[in-house]
Amino acid sequence: MTATTQTAQHGLSEHSHGAGVPIQTRYERLRSTNVSDFPAISPREEQWRYCSPDRLKGLDADVLAEFVGDLAVKHSEGVTTAWVGADHSAFGSAGIPEERPSAAAWQSAKQAYLITLPAESKSEATVEVISESNEPSAIHLIVEAKKFAEATVIIDHKGNAILSENIEIIVGDEAQLTVISIQDWNDESVHASTQMAKLGRNSKLKHLVVSLGGKTVRVASSTEFTQPGGDVEMLGMYFADAGQYLENRLYVDHAVPNCKSRVTYKGALQGEKAHTVWVGDVLIRMAAEGTDTYELNRNLLLTDGARADSVPNLEIETGKIEGAGHASASGRFDDEQLFYLQARGITELEARRLVVRGFLNEIIQQIGNEDLEARLSNSIEAELARSGS
Amino acid sequence: MSKLEIKNLHVTVDTDQGTKEILKGVDLVINSGESHAIMGPNGSGKSTLAYTIAGHPKYTVTQGEILLDGEDVLEMSVDERARAGLFLAMQYPVEIPGVSVSNFLRTAKTAIDGEAPALRTWIKDVKGAMDNLKMDSTFTERNVNEGFSGGEKKRHEILQMELLKPKFAVLDETDSGLDVDALKVVSEGVNRAKESNDFGLLLITHYTRILKYIKPDFVHVFVAGKIAEQGGPELADRLEAEGYDRYVSA
Ligand SMILES: Nc1ncnc2c1ncn2[C@@H]1O[C@H](COP(=O)(O)OP(=O)(O)O)[C@@H](O)[C@H]1O
Ligand SMILES: [Mg+2]
Repeated sequence: MTATTQTAQHGLSEHSHGAGVPIQTRYERLRSTNVSDFPAISPREEQWRYCSPDRLKGLDADVLAEFVGDLAVKHSEGVTTAWVGADHSAFGSAGIPEERPSAAAWQSAKQAYLITLPAESKSEATVEVISESNEPSAIHLIVEAKKFAEATVIIDHKGNAILSENIEIIVGDEAQLTVISIQDWNDESVHASTQMAKLGRNSKLKHLVVSLGGKTVRVASSTEFTQPGGDVEMLGMYFADAGQYLENRLYVDHAVPNCKSRVTYKGALQGEKAHTVWVGDVLIRMAAEGTDTYELNRNLLLTDGARADSVPNLEIETGKIEGAGHASASGRFDDEQLFYLQARGITELEARRLVVRGFLNEIIQQIGNEDLEARLSNSIEAELARSGS
Repeated sequence: MSKLEIKNLHVTVDTDQGTKEILKGVDLVINSGESHAIMGPNGSGKSTLAYTIAGHPKYTVTQGEILLDGEDVLEMSVDERARAGLFLAMQYPVEIPGVSVSNFLRTAKTAIDGEAPALRTWIKDVKGAMDNLKMDSTFTERNVNEGFSGGEKKRHEILQMELLKPKFAVLDETDSGLDVDALKVVSEGVNRAKESNDFGLLLITHYTRILKYIKPDFVHVFVAGKIAEQGGPELADRLEAEGYDRYVSA
């Protein structure tokens, strides 16, 4: 049995009347480490449908500068870090670029920062990526969890950036890895991040993307299963203010049998021209029998003038699966909830806080790190206070 | 001793067909310690009265006033009214996803009192009130009204009333959707709260059955946006026997 859902592709053909763009299956999309293989970015391409090239401030150029700023790294015993070149076995082992800014960063960042999480033990690492650049620049990180590792890595982006980033995530056989990527940039920053994960046999990845600060933040996260028994949870949370553009693109490639994926992204928006985009591509290939997948995106629009696009795409090449589903909903702030809370003496601002925090709680509770949970809660409260509503 | 006065209240609501007047001159005075029942057919405007007292933004007061101990309630925001001592147990309580009952109750209590309750006594108070209402202790971990049965929603409303200790409580059809046992438990909760806090009660109901458990001092028959008749508890008995027909057809 073959069933294909092609919401995004339909949108694409709408935007390209007469161009005769063939509807391609997700894995046929161009992949290359060579930036010149990619045409100039155009809204006619599905992946650039929402993000206009001028938002990227030059990240789509052929050549980018090396990263300017600091990597502040803390880690537990047993974790090793090193700068490695393209000749290193880990380099390029989790995936290769599918988009122009990603390929540009691939070629421009001559070395990658490799964090290795030791086999058969528990470990953790925090990497603060503190950018100080105001020209288009590039960085490449690799997170590798060895066999049976149990590890958490927090990648915390801050500062001023025009940055294209590749993060490779390698989850070894039977490893359990949590990767949390926080985008908390200063206001004018532009960030294109490509996070590619490859999962080994019976491994488990929890991937969490939190986008708060920055003018344009576009994170493309993908998971590829290489062996049966893989389990991925892709979680995301974002809060867009007036003028902010936050995009999240997901791609889960079920290429082998008996893997499980859960995608849950939640976003809040407030203010004029706050714009978020969520696109979730899930592909279940012919061989991927016994797949179990579900993806969900919900957006809460707190004010007029904000816009949330949400596009789930489920492409299924085999009927022999456990389950496949998706849900997507964007709704306005519910005045009845506000009334109910205010009728219990709670002020309007506090009531909004409660509702938004409640909405995002499902994601925040997944972090499993009290300091970080508290920090994100505070950030959300600061965002809400900023609206002055 | 407090007094809630409603004088010549006219209320409109905006509908697709234009502005519609629902309340057409309501007069009512409630003192602390008194229990008033408002009874009336569906669509007569009972909930509109309740929402207007609480300050729901959908309803516009075009004439008249509401005073709480002489203070102009209509000038107050919804939350100010609650902090001034008005409480509405909703006919249709809304879900607040991701907000636990325990967080909600504590936040509301803190807002009403102007300071956070002492933790130890608060936990004891919540537990005691929940035991009385025959609510399971895991209830506080659930999200507000999410997946609650009809009966659980109503118990939760009464739980809030017990804990927030208002000066005046308006109960909008708290009896509807309750089975016999639940009706008894909820009614006992109301009576207990009334005994300990001596608040004024405005009990809105379509049926007489809850009046077996909660004895009203005054009964008002509400028809077409105003009070058509008032009397003592005996009026409820007559309604039980005769229904609303004679008011509606009149
Ligand atoms: N928000 C509203 N929008 C439109 N019509 C309303 C609204 N609220 C109440 N009404 C109308 O006002 C009348 C009285 O409603 P309500 O106060 O709910 O009556 P009751 O509680 O006595 O059943 C009904 O005809 C109802 O349809
Ligand atoms: Mg009603």
